[in-house]
Amino acid sequence: MSMKDIIKGKAYVLGNDIDTDQIIPAQHLVYSLSHPEERKMYGRYALSSVPEVQAGLPKGGIKFVEGGEDRSEYDIIIAGKNFGCGSSREHAPVALNIAGVEAVVAESYARIFYRNVVDGGFFIPFETDEHLCREIKTGDVIEIDVKKGLVKNLTMGKQYKLQPLGDVEAILRAGDIFAYARQEGMLRR
Amino acid sequence: MGMTLTEKILARHANKKSVSPGDNLWVDVDVLMTHDVCGPGTIEIFRREFGPNARVWDREKVVIIPDHYIFTTDVYARRNIDILREFALEQGIRYFYDVGSPEYKGVCHVALAEEGHTRPGEVLFGTDSHTCTAGAFGEFATGIGNTDAGFIMGTGRLWVKVPPTMRFVFDGEMPSYLMAKDLILHIIGDMGVDGATYKAMEFTGEGISMLSVEEHMTLCNMAIEAGGKNGIIAPDDKTLAFVRQRTNRAFEVVYGDHDAGYESVKVYHLKEMEPVVAKPHSPDNKALVREVKGTRIDRCYIGSCTGGKMEDFKAAARIFRRNSVKVETYVVPATTEVERRLREETMDGETLYSIFEKAGAKISDGASCAACLGGPADTFGRLSGSEVCISTTNRNFPGRMGSKQSQVYLASPLTVAASAVRGVITDPREFV
Ligand code: SF4
Repeated sequence: MSMKDIIKGKAYVLGNDIDTDQIIPAQHLVYSLSHPEERKMYGRYALSSVPEVQAGLPKGGIKFVEGGEDRSEYDIIIAGKNFGCGSSREHAPVALNIAGVEAVVAESYARIFYRNVVDGGFFIPFETDEHLCREIKTGDVIEIDVKKGLVKNLTMGKQYKLQPLGDVEAILRAGDIFAYARQEGMLRR
Repeated sequence: MGMTLTEKILARHANKKSVSPGDNLWVDVDVLMTHDVCGPGTIEIFRREFGPNARVWDREKVVIIPDHYIFTTDVYARRNIDILREFALEQGIRYFYDVGSPEYKGVCHVALAEEGHTRPGEVLFGTDSHTCTAGAFGEFATGIGNTDAGFIMGTGRLWVKVPPTMRFVFDGEMPSYLMAKDLILHIIGDMGVDGATYKAMEFTGEGISMLSVEEHMTLCNMAIEAGGKNGIIAPDDKTLAFVRQRTNRAFEVVYGDHDAGYESVKVYHLKEMEPVVAKPHSPDNKALVREVKGTRIDRCYIGSCTGGKMEDFKAAARIFRRNSVKVETYVVPATTEVERRLREETMDGETLYSIFEKAGAKISDGASCAACLGGPADTFGRLSGSEVCISTTNRNFPGRMGSKQSQVYLASPLTVAASAVRGVITDPREFV
């Protein structure tokens, strides 16, 4: 993944403490990621265990991935605090990646999830101090200006500040931890 | 200023004299653990990045423990175990606890300790968030994903950011009705599920030194439920004795400095504490047991790395030995060693196994994670409808134990056993 300067797409909005069991329920952890057909199952079941009322705020009851599909129509996830808490399963960021997510904007992340996103280069995990999950509605069109550190709600004509990516930006720009380690001369090959 | 226990271990493994919270370091890894859920993905990434003929950095330092989806006919789950088996053979992995063999162990975090892979002063990474359990042995232990694990497999190293340490002091003696589970649920309830995000949680005080090695494991196990990077306890004599009994490998014990800097210090007085539960659907949804007592339940579950160890079953047996269960009660030993000891160790002349059987509990035929994380439909004890369950496990997120409609309360083995006997949530002080 090379980092885009502008990420644009439809938002899917979630609340606080979205854990990895909600992102990809445990019974689906058995499919092989190297098998092209099985791999799609992770996209199909991405966010399938989020309770109805919280799925696609503010209304709720909105499916992230339509039944039988394996890509989501939403490219950007907006979430509250502690996104990705719970198990260390990398299947969670991978499932979002397979479903087509390019960026998540959350108030904070659980540590292991955040590491997995960065070291695997699955999407860009932005943080913000704004309570965007109360500001943005599922389906709003969002544009993230990576260089300027801004997220714009094109539907509502509002914009908000993102926190700098900090230390991890180098890894995200390289692509993943392997590319970064090679770039830094820590891995030969 | 001196360093905390966590800082000191990380500094040593990065070959640095001193480190501070926030520093990014590359550390040398002593043990990498993986299991059947994340092992295959890790192996795939390892091969993709280091080539089809790559060798792991040290075949004695990669420990593979299948434990999650074991007793199921699910074809994908079985295939994962085949992948581990083939890899272990190809790489000459010394510590592979294969399913169906006499080496089979069960739940990885308990197995790591029983088999001597948890040693003071070391750095342990595992592809499971509850790898923090091993902090009970005075080491730095934390969970990682497949990409990081694949990186370690090839290099023996990983970058870490040094966490600041939060200190939790337990003053006074441990009352007989409290268990480590109550203490940690209390802390998580006070701080919230993200209260310790990125931080080390160090447990200390008179109360802690009274607790057994297994109870220390329970405390550290749930550090992740407060978002913690690692839980850690300075090793005491009984911990060192436990480790020495189980490994011949040399290790260097590390202690924190007296003038170490802590981000926060919180003191709990044990005599003021009461048994607690975490209500559905979050480990920080704390209530005192007496506040929810009488809540109707359909099922009790005693098992997992948090609540399926010998100490947990001994606590439950204290209540079951004179009482029968009123609701379906599932008992799942974490490891084959626990399973064996349930049949050997006695209370008032009766084996624990027979105490559970006579009380009417259903005992799993085999050690594994079982319904702690739901799993395939045929998993022992899995919730499949709108059951209300009280469980000794560590997570009660929606759907965690199998069904999105179910409701799970987390509690200590004493509280779960007392509740099993009454058929409603019950304060263990009615029995002990
Ligand atoms: S028992 Fe539960 S928490 Fe422990 S390793 Fe297994 S699934 Fe994870």
